[in-house]
Amino acid sequence: MTGAEVLLEALVREGVEVIFGHPGGAIMPVYDALYHRRELRHILTRHEQGAGHAATAYARASGRVGVALATSGPGALNLTTALADAMMDATPLVAITGQVPTTAVGTDAFQEADVTGVTMPITKHNYLVSDVNDLPRIVKEAFHIARTGRPGPVLIDLPKDVQNDTFTGSFPETIDLPGYRPTYKGHPRQIERALAALRAAERPILMVGGGAQHAAQPIRRFVERTGIPVIATLQGLGVVAADDPRFLGMPGMHGTVAANRAIHEADLILGIGLRFDDRVTGDVARFAPNLKTLIHVNIEPADIGKVIEAQIPVVGDAAWVAERLAEGAEPLALDAWWRRIRAWQEENPLPFPEDGELRSQAVIKAFGEATGGEAVVVTGVGQHQMFAAQFYPVKRPRSFLTSGGLGTMGFGLPAAIGAQVARPGETVLLFDGDGSFQMTLQELATVAKYRLPIKIVLLNNGFLGMVRQWQDLFYEDRYSEVFLADSNPDFVKLAEAYGIPAFRVERREELEDAVQRALAEEGPVLAEFRVKAEEGVFPMIPAGGSTEDMITEPPEEARS
Amino acid sequence: MRQRHVISVLVEDHPRVLTRITSMFARRGFNIDSLAVGRTHIPGVSRISFVVEGDDRTIEQVEKQLNRLIEVLKVVDHEGPRLERELALVKVRVEGIEERIELKEIAEAFRAHIVDVARHALTFEVTGHPAKIDRFLEELSNYGVLETMRTGAVAMDRGERVIKLRARREAV
Ligand SMILES: Cc1ncc(C[n+]2csc(CCOP(=O)(O)OP(=O)(O)O)c2C)c(N)n1
Repeated sequence: MTGAEVLLEALVREGVEVIFGHPGGAIMPVYDALYHRRELRHILTRHEQGAGHAATAYARASGRVGVALATSGPGALNLTTALADAMMDATPLVAITGQVPTTAVGTDAFQEADVTGVTMPITKHNYLVSDVNDLPRIVKEAFHIARTGRPGPVLIDLPKDVQNDTFTGSFPETIDLPGYRPTYKGHPRQIERALAALRAAERPILMVGGGAQHAAQPIRRFVERTGIPVIATLQGLGVVAADDPRFLGMPGMHGTVAANRAIHEADLILGIGLRFDDRVTGDVARFAPNLKTLIHVNIEPADIGKVIEAQIPVVGDAAWVAERLAEGAEPLALDAWWRRIRAWQEENPLPFPEDGELRSQAVIKAFGEATGGEAVVVTGVGQHQMFAAQFYPVKRPRSFLTSGGLGTMGFGLPAAIGAQVARPGETVLLFDGDGSFQMTLQELATVAKYRLPIKIVLLNNGFLGMVRQWQDLFYEDRYSEVFLADSNPDFVKLAEAYGIPAFRVERREELEDAVQRALAEEGPVLAEFRVKAEEGVFPMIPAGGSTEDMITEPPEEARS
Repeated sequence: MRQRHVISVLVEDHPRVLTRITSMFARRGFNIDSLAVGRTHIPGVSRISFVVEGDDRTIEQVEKQLNRLIEVLKVVDHEGPRLERELALVKVRVEGIEERIELKEIAEAFRAHIVDVARHALTFEVTGHPAKIDRFLEELSNYGVLETMRTGAVAMDRGERVIKLRARREAV
């Protein structure tokens, strides 16, 4: 066996079925070996960043490890954005990159880049393979590291000569990583303390994040049992169904009034699988000023106490801990607390006028109603992303895929590809902005090549809308370099050029029919909605602010 | 409260492991006052010691972020009674017999050794707590210090306390 064959054998042994990648000189032996291994499906993207985001979304939609493959130098460097993205949003990924031959490493050889050096801070771990006989061990370790603990990307840099070398070793059955032993089982005493604190609390809330996506079942049981109000971060959407009466929405910068008020008043927060990122907390010093007890459940000890002090830290797996909490919990007497929350909810429905204009919010809502909140939703980054989080009623876990921590424009289209590959029978809806879409739109070719029936909902406002919104609010309407409409392509023709059916919607009255038309399409489709440009995402807590600084409605002049 | 901590880290002796650690320190904005590395009696295991300054929260993060690294086997903050040593080589210019005698006296007071002698230069070797070395250098600053090299502090708990490694194969 050659190194390249060993790599593929090791991937098969890890249960890999799909690889997203792009070939090149330094990875050709692997591609040659792939030619003979038909059980490994390879999805050819048109850019390595696309392969990285597709593998990321595949992982998050399926719960498995995503695999991306690229050549050395430029190929590997094109993967870096996706690696950083996966690192931030705790996604299990194994990236394999070709490298110049070991004898040429360090000589500035053709297409050489120090990929292990470059990716050190944006991977959970990385390897430069120097001996073919180490390869099975390294692959096994890489998958183990990627999927356990706080999941994350692991990169294996594989020099071309090692890919060609003859293997004389064996495939290990076990792993020996003495420096890496994530704690799965939360400490029983901490769980006892957590349950006691919950019983004693008057205004408790549950906050769930991306680390709770695999724990939806026990968490839903816990919520059922206790009747506790639930808030989900951007990455936590779907852990509890959006139509659950105990769900208050998203917290933070573009969170609901009820969620942010509840955090402001809460005396206890049970946080599961989240890290209190600054988009959630705003000014940390003024975050949750009435909080007495934070029970912070996270598998990564470093994420506990990093931003907010936890009175009851619980290091452990979200599903394992939630299971114990669901078992031990009792119904909580929260009538008074709920009355206050209901009042906030009634006074502050998510604002958007239904004045006959075609607005992103209405488009997303209409798709939400037509799909019953059951679609797999993918987004770009910007206003449309926040609108999707606010208005698409996500019912199921692993079904809202968005770039949260890194906020990567261009995530959407390739991520939709990964999601559709992971969940072939399901409706995948991509809500994308005209700016974000143009960062990775070459992947339309990938959509066409594999006939992936993705519904691309392009919310074209002709602007880099989110930046424009900040210019509206904080830079006195100086719209510096955010206008796209004068040079945007004809998106309908563009999609058609790739052989993807497309149509344009310009008026509010056409919306419902357009939604049906898009959903009725068997294969891929691009529906371009020419939405109102002068629009803001509200409520909004300005960066570094607190609940008290919340802007709940657009300022007067911005509304006209 | 900001305090000076000496932290020992046992690591797998892999290429780039030191880069991983120092790059993590830099990225997270932790300041390293000094650093020393060396092999241990355990094959494949190296030991690094850091002197860092920070409040409790920062030091807790330093330890946790170190522990996150796959090749880090053990992190210990020497909080109890500890031995702490640094080594320095210092080359000083000398003019005339009088200066030579004065310098020798200073060296004796600090138990420093003269390890090299030249016509116009003396080289001292001194070991001890970094604070002692600071004071030694301060004394010498009245003369013509030509070159200094300090190793960074190494540390160990006093008494019978030792840093132990867990050794267990994990089947996955
Ligand atoms: C790669 C990248 N570059 C820049 C940004 C900064 N940014 C955040 S939102 C945004 C505008 C997004 O515009 P668009 O995709 O059209 O979405 P809209 O806000 O209009 O809905 C920009 C430029 C980013 N998040 N990612």
